[in-house]
Amino acid sequence: MDDFLFARSQMGMSLGFHIIFAAIGIGLPVLMAIAEAAWIRTGNPVYLDLAKRWARGASILFAVGAVSGTVLSFELGLLWPGFMAKAGAIIGMPFSLEGFAFFMEAIFLGVYFHGWDRLSPWWHWTSGVMVALGGVLSGVFVVTANAWMNAPAGFKIVDGKITDIDPVAAMLNPASAHEVIHMTLAAFVATGFAVAAVHAFFLLRDRQSEFHRRALGMALAVGCGCAPFQVWSGDYSARAVASLQPAKLAAMEGLYHSMKGAPLMIGGVPNDKTRTNAYAIQIPRALSLLVARDPGAWVAGLEEFPRADWPNVKLVHWSFDFMVACGFYLLACSIAAAWLWWRKRGLPDARWFLRSIVLAGPLGFLAIEAGWMVTELGRQPWIIYGVMRTKEAVTPMPGIAVPFISFTVLYLFLSVIVVVLLRRQFLEAPDSK
Amino acid sequence: MEITPALLVASCMVVALIIYALMGGADFGGGMWHLLGTGPRAKEQQKAISRALAPIWEANHVWLILVIVLLFTGFPNAFAVMMTALHIPVTLILIGIVLRGSAFVFRKYDRSEAPRRRWGVLFSLSCFFTPFMEGVTVGALATGDIRFVDGQVTTGFFAGWLSPFALTCGVFAVVLFAFLAATYLTVDPESEPELRDDFRRRALAAGLCLVPVAIAAFALSRNGAPEVFAGLTRWWAPFLLGATAVFGAAALFLLWTRRFALARMAAIGQVTLILGGWSLAQFPKLVTPDVTFANSAAPAITLRLLLIALALGGLFLFPSLFFLYRLFKGRDAH
Ligand code: HDD
Ligand code: HEM
Ligand code: HEM
Repeated sequence: MDDFLFARSQMGMSLGFHIIFAAIGIGLPVLMAIAEAAWIRTGNPVYLDLAKRWARGASILFAVGAVSGTVLSFELGLLWPGFMAKAGAIIGMPFSLEGFAFFMEAIFLGVYFHGWDRLSPWWHWTSGVMVALGGVLSGVFVVTANAWMNAPAGFKIVDGKITDIDPVAAMLNPASAHEVIHMTLAAFVATGFAVAAVHAFFLLRDRQSEFHRRALGMALAVGCGCAPFQVWSGDYSARAVASLQPAKLAAMEGLYHSMKGAPLMIGGVPNDKTRTNAYAIQIPRALSLLVARDPGAWVAGLEEFPRADWPNVKLVHWSFDFMVACGFYLLACSIAAAWLWWRKRGLPDARWFLRSIVLAGPLGFLAIEAGWMVTELGRQPWIIYGVMRTKEAVTPMPGIAVPFISFTVLYLFLSVIVVVLLRRQFLEAPDSK
Repeated sequence: MEITPALLVASCMVVALIIYALMGGADFGGGMWHLLGTGPRAKEQQKAISRALAPIWEANHVWLILVIVLLFTGFPNAFAVMMTALHIPVTLILIGIVLRGSAFVFRKYDRSEAPRRRWGVLFSLSCFFTPFMEGVTVGALATGDIRFVDGQVTTGFFAGWLSPFALTCGVFAVVLFAFLAATYLTVDPESEPELRDDFRRRALAAGLCLVPVAIAAFALSRNGAPEVFAGLTRWWAPFLLGATAVFGAAALFLLWTRRFALARMAAIGQVTLILGGWSLAQFPKLVTPDVTFANSAAPAITLRLLLIALALGGLFLFPSLFFLYRLFKGRDAH
């Protein structure tokens, strides 16, 4: 591997690590706020216990999220100085606003975690809501910056120089809406199902535990409530990508040849040399239907673009299919939950259902990782789509293997510790022997 | 001198940096005393430190993020130059930040004794290491060793930060933060008087150590940071240096006579003057000698929007911060 590849790997690894904690930072405060509100309204101490235990888990996850996020802000310059020198003035805006969202989150996090007996219940709850709001906002702002890399707007290029900057137009670029909606929902879906999975796991051992039943109910409400919208917004994203970044769409679908009435190809082994997608399951005309709402519509294949502008088709296509598969599995879980709930008029607790929720636990996060692979690998070879190539932006620093390996080892170490400590905490919860 | 948006953004950046030193810096200092806890009340000292840090360190840390964000939005070229030439020390800062934050929460989280002690040690060591590297990095900007010619950093990846001046700045940051932290801890309303006295002695010791380090840094700056040294010979410099010395001496005297709340004010004044004075002396250079804030600034529209965002954000930020501090540090914090 050369330095360029190490730089890309370091960026991808750091973001892939951060996004887990960031997604939890968006989703978990909402769950805590719901539990605390339930406690204030009903006075049932189980809810308070739940809010406190979730908050305890959150405290460790937030700290790791904060430090890994700090690493990212510097890495933008450490690894991509050429990019930041050009783009800083254009997309610094959302990052600055994000800074205030971080303040909001960090300040009220301090209040929330350490103010249980210094504030009245409603004020305490309000600070929890501020944490949730800060989390959502910081995600929204940073994602608009990423959307700009995919659909640059708000500037002109005259003689190779950037002029006529409009930071507001850059922030409200054409990719912002779909990325923001899809990512925010993803955070709720992933956190909801992951939390549900933990409690479903303990319910499988003791189905009467009130603590785990209530917890499961709330987590399912959030996860299953958002999953259908997640799939809907995925369709919206795909159509936006089709018009903004047709090469990315073609790679997502493994479509080499432009055609009318293009089939949807699921799985298979894309081959850039033969320009085929062997062993794929084909659904005739489905891609045209999905992209243009017309089964006969023309869809651009990769052949429309110079070979040098193709992303890594295999990885993008497989990541995309994996994300969609996760999406449909979570959708099926949501439908099953709603059906059982309606039939029983109570929390679904059939063994097979609890087992499928445990299985769903990691899938939301895996889908987030896969989705970002689609977005970021699918953007290549551009760092600013159509404007600047990733290679032009990379640092001249040699020996990037060293920081890449250092941060990888460091993050692996942190992951192990976080898992050990969280596991221990789960086992301390009521009815979790 | 004309007041331009670039000047205003640069000023906000300096203010954010000073607040980071006052708040985040003190959190690092607390971590240093965590390791240096000795005597019969070592455990209580560590408890007081951990109690003081827990609710606020994440908010204090965001000031650093704000500095960086303002830098890369307002002065993108300067950011690119710094992150290229100082890749190595900045990476070391980041490793320190990651270890500090995570070791601190792991320590609070872990209930068994031996791992807690190990996390505590890792936490403290990173609290020494991180501000040292921060001081080195900021010092390197003043050395004049980092050259940026024709759009390229031409001096490689080791320029500046290994110079005696930059290394002395690292030591200075460590001692300064230790002094700040111990001074703040003398005011902790939840501590016993004996405990406050422990921190008083530590604050005095660190404050005294600061004197030779400051003199060394100043002496080294003649050759090691010529532009800053030249800045410190302008007409206002004697007043500034004098005021800094007065505040420093006052802080020590007030600590000696146990007027802790006032001592804290004096220490805050002292740190503000040191960093503010440095910024004035280095003005208008962000990276000496080639990068000024004017020649690396973003277009005016970006800077104006940035100022609007800062003003609106400040309207929300300062009341919230006030609330946080009142809740945990105020007189009625019980
Ligand atoms: C819980 C996680 C999750 C789930 C279940 C899905 N996605 Fe997704 N997807 C993401 C999480 C995600 C993501 C990680 O959040 C991404 C990365 C960038 C973004 O905006 O969202 C993403 C990106 C992303 C993109 C690329 C957007 C771009 O590059 O601008 C498309 C086209 C889709 N998704 C489509 C779908 C479809 C059709 C799904 C349905 C079944 C689906 N996603 C389920
Ligand atoms: C947190 C979720 C994200 C994940 C998991 C992610 C993933 C990745 C991956 C895998 C790469 C390497 C791609 C390659 O070089 O082949 C990458 C590159 C990059 N990403 Fe993201 N990304 C995320 C969000 C963002 C956001 C919000 C930004 C905002 C600015 C961003 C900026 C960048 C930059 C600057 C690069 C390096 C240049 C490049 O490779 O094109 N990413 N990301
Ligand atoms: C899509 C991707 C991203 C999302 C959704 C996201 C969201 C978040 C959230 C919710 C937090 C606070 C919660 C927590 O601490 O756990 C956070 C922390 C942070 N993120 Fe990200 N982030 C993303 C990518 C990035 C990128 C690309 C950067 C860098 C430019 C970044 C910089 C930061 C920083 C600096 C913090 C620390 C704030 C603090 O000190 O509390 N994030 N992020």
